[in-house]
Amino acid sequence: MNPVWIILFAPLCAAAVITLLTRKSQTFSALISCAAILTGFVITMQLFLQKGEWVSPAPLQWLVVGDLVKIEFGATIDRLSILMLLVVTGVGSAIHIYSLGYMKGDPGFSRFFACLSLFTFSMLGIVLSNNFIQIFIFWELVGVSSYLLIGFWFEKHSAAEAGKKAFLTNRIGDFGMMLGVLLLWTNTGTFSFAELPAKIAAIPAGTLSVIGVLIFCGAVGKSAQFPLHVWLPDAMEGPTPVSALIHAATMVAAGVYMLCRVSFVILPSETALTLIAWIGGITALMAATIAIAQNDIKRILAYSTLSQLGYMVMAVGLAGITPAMFHLTTHAFFKALLFLGAGSVIHAMHHEQDIWKMGGLWKKTPITFITFLIGTLALAGVYPLSGFYSKDQILLLALEHNKVLFAMGAFTAFLTAYYMGRECFVVFFGKPRDNHAYDHAHESPLVMTLPLVFLAVLSIAGGWGEYVPNFLTGGEELEAHHEAWKGFALLLVPAAGFLLSAKIYLKANPSDAPVKAALGRAWTWVENKYYFDELYAWIIKYVQGTIATLCELFDRWVLQKFGIGGLAGTTSVAGKTLRLLQTGNIQSYAFMFGLGVTVIIYYVVVK
Amino acid sequence: MENLLTIAILLPLASAFLAFLLPAKKPGAIRALALFATGVSLLLTLYIFSQFDRQNAGYQFVKSIEWLPSFGIHLKFGVDGISMVLLLLVGIVSFCGALVSHEIHDREKEYYILFLALTSGISGTFCAMDMFFFYFFYELAVIPMYLLIGMYGSLPAGKHGRTKEYATMKLTLYLTAGAVLALVGLLTMYYAGGRTFDMVQLRENLRGSGLNQKWVFAALLFGFGFLASLFPFHTWSPIGYAAAPTAASMMHAGVLKKLGTYGIIRLALPLLPEGARQWVDLLAILACFNILYAGLAALTQKDWKFVIGYSSVSHMGYIMLGIATLNVVGVTGAVLLMFAHGVMAALTFSLIGFFYHQTHNRNVPDLSGLARKIPFIGVCMVMAVMASSGLPGFANFASEVMVFIGAWSQGSTLFRIATICAVWGIVVTATYLLWAVRTSFFGPFDEKWNMLNDATTLKQKFPYALLLVVLLVVGFWPRTLIDIIKPSVAKQVLSQTVEPKTAMVETR
Repeated sequence: MNPVWIILFAPLCAAAVITLLTRKSQTFSALISCAAILTGFVITMQLFLQKGEWVSPAPLQWLVVGDLVKIEFGATIDRLSILMLLVVTGVGSAIHIYSLGYMKGDPGFSRFFACLSLFTFSMLGIVLSNNFIQIFIFWELVGVSSYLLIGFWFEKHSAAEAGKKAFLTNRIGDFGMMLGVLLLWTNTGTFSFAELPAKIAAIPAGTLSVIGVLIFCGAVGKSAQFPLHVWLPDAMEGPTPVSALIHAATMVAAGVYMLCRVSFVILPSETALTLIAWIGGITALMAATIAIAQNDIKRILAYSTLSQLGYMVMAVGLAGITPAMFHLTTHAFFKALLFLGAGSVIHAMHHEQDIWKMGGLWKKTPITFITFLIGTLALAGVYPLSGFYSKDQILLLALEHNKVLFAMGAFTAFLTAYYMGRECFVVFFGKPRDNHAYDHAHESPLVMTLPLVFLAVLSIAGGWGEYVPNFLTGGEELEAHHEAWKGFALLLVPAAGFLLSAKIYLKANPSDAPVKAALGRAWTWVENKYYFDELYAWIIKYVQGTIATLCELFDRWVLQKFGIGGLAGTTSVAGKTLRLLQTGNIQSYAFMFGLGVTVIIYYVVVK
Repeated sequence: MENLLTIAILLPLASAFLAFLLPAKKPGAIRALALFATGVSLLLTLYIFSQFDRQNAGYQFVKSIEWLPSFGIHLKFGVDGISMVLLLLVGIVSFCGALVSHEIHDREKEYYILFLALTSGISGTFCAMDMFFFYFFYELAVIPMYLLIGMYGSLPAGKHGRTKEYATMKLTLYLTAGAVLALVGLLTMYYAGGRTFDMVQLRENLRGSGLNQKWVFAALLFGFGFLASLFPFHTWSPIGYAAAPTAASMMHAGVLKKLGTYGIIRLALPLLPEGARQWVDLLAILACFNILYAGLAALTQKDWKFVIGYSSVSHMGYIMLGIATLNVVGVTGAVLLMFAHGVMAALTFSLIGFFYHQTHNRNVPDLSGLARKIPFIGVCMVMAVMASSGLPGFANFASEVMVFIGAWSQGSTLFRIATICAVWGIVVTATYLLWAVRTSFFGPFDEKWNMLNDATTLKQKFPYALLLVVLLVVGFWPRTLIDIIKPSVAKQVLSQTVEPKTAMVETR
């Protein structure tokens, strides 16, 4: 059996075994789940080190109807999927191990690991898919497993609501994607990634643009791009390891990965590319502005994720598949690190998430502090950390193709450094604002700090030598390198951001007041996330609600009245028949049976 | 083998007669008999399924007994791929229905007699190769259903001030009206087709008989449409399910409703291919109404059974749309969806029955946090809801995708729009189902439901687990069923409907 199947199915088996057998034993459940993903990681490493001709296993014929429809279940092994497998299993393993400490003592411990394994399976499925229907299948499975994980603490109203919101918002994106896939299929007659590229040229340009945009809809949902970004910040209701897994390394990255995987559909269409680039740019900037006014340690990171995903999508829109995947990889490292670090802080503060109740924590939680700082610097794109290399590639790409997008991207980079500086300074520096919580704060156990250190190393070194892009392109020379000075000149941007935030927040008792005063009305807007939630709630309540009520009223007052009205004369007969029914006398039922049958026979035979 | 099929179909009916002889004071024995009859039927069906020749698109295991030869009536049973899958559905749902019927504590004898008669009635309809017996078994199924709802049902007071008697009466009137309309169509075919009831023979005879197919097809389409809850003849359905006892809702939403679409696929499409082509556009439009209109109406419902009732009307739309495509992919998807939806609907209704039996309240906003107290039922309900919203891994997804592909490849603008509506319908489905689950099972636990007991023993869990496993097996490997449905759809249903050229491509 091809080892790839083990990578894919080990987590599914783990989820099944935990659910059916070991639910009662927390230790076993956790071990099985961790073992499954670590096995996947080891096998992926092996594949990675093979460096050469990888063999994709023979696909199964999953759904066949004559010659018309053939849907395979296969696995694609190439540089793109191996890179993504490494990210998912590598970062995933760290998160699994971290969860051993973070989730300790939770009554749903086993359930948590079962869901985690189910999620890993779905995500690996997206990575390995070799056709559109298969990727859609795992796409949906990721949706449902994230629903289970986000709503893990289902007795909390907000968590149950957030899980539902994530699933439904994703569904709206999937609606477009499904139509795109169908349209693509009618024009080419195949779903297969291997066969499609040769057939794309035959599609009329207009149709191809529509297909590209529709398929992009799927990525808009999953990668939480504007205007479907609203689910991601709410999804922070899930346990923190979940946030790290699905909002950093995997689920949200799936949208970008999918775009890279099917780039052959998108790249030929100028219209689709332009739209994608702009959506990415808008998301990056919009989310960064919202992040400056949030108070929840995880929500700031959530908006930062949105913003970074915007970069990746923008890169895809600028036809930069390699930079997009590069940033996806480094982002997975440092964003997982930041989320896990935030989790460690939350753990230390006994489930306090408001940054204004923290402060001065660097003495209490030194490892968390240092690793968090590394993550912050990597995210801001400081030399020589990983984020510097990947973000630069995207910004320079924008500089080359579209100056407006470049300006938006650069300003976003400034904001990134600013809001991350704010978070760091408020959480770790200054005076403790909640003395009781501060006194009880403690560094997390080794099982949690070790993954932090592992990810911190990757966050530092992940970009060195531009190894990732070189691996993706198979060692071929990248297109004409930009002058290095441009990259270093861009370092001024995060530096300015950090300086500004230090000036405002690096003091004993920092507050938002000066910024509030300077921004005026704008602060209210960003603090309230531009009122998107309110707008959507209004649409759902008044537009959808009104239509639904009209349908119901029509059903009740028109159709039912009309239908029954036509049969009104029978009502009295009905009454009498019903009285017969209620005799409870078996003979009368038998009589009715006989009568019915006789009537039919009479009707047919004698007539 | 031929006799095994007949036994599988008639065993429940025979047991119903046997139950007549048992004293009503021994409900345990009658219940055991019902479990035995449905269980053995299911096992026989599984055996027949395992022996089914997958290469053969025609009828298999045919058994014919002369009944009234002068009128061309034979008691003739046989299964092709379509009937086989649906017979399997009846076996599974009726067995699970019998298992969860332990909640009935009043007039058990009559209950099980009716239930068994209903089961045979439905299996008989699915396997009848003779139009007369098709209709006979069809009526045999509808009458016990009427009594089951009228005698054992319950409708929470205050729902628009309507009683279960109202619901029963309405259901019966609608179904009777539909049956009469269908009967007119069937009799017209009988006379036009040389006075034979044999479906295979009739198909030959009707070809080139000069029968005006347009209106005969309409009679069958709308006649069976009543039973299949085709818009706008669906209003009996949600309230009927709401009033029915658990097992009756399972049988009704799960299998009885499928008789309607089965009638269209088995009789209307193959016998009246000309007529079919004239009506499919309208059918596609009505199917969209089913999907979106009923889906939106479900959004406003508060009673769990009404939510699922409207949901089931909405899902029947996908089946209708699949039928309307008149191509192999779409119709095969429709048949597979009949199976998948049947199992899923039975599962959902049985789960509602489980907690309703204890809470006596199924108003969604009144329930909260049930998952803490009944985790097993909660997990099953989440899975059922996911299956219903077309999640991959469950049988519903594979069939819905086939319907989408079939409808999209039909090519006309109308069908393109219909497909868009249908795909959007999945979003709507997820919206109301997740709301219902989230409100009643998640959120803070309400102490007033502290008396709830979960399904803990294997015996209690079995029916739910069985239904889930079936959905998962077919979902993971849809070819289990598709491979036997598809040849029969191509040969038995569509070989005259589609244009000869495409037919050749598609049936190869």
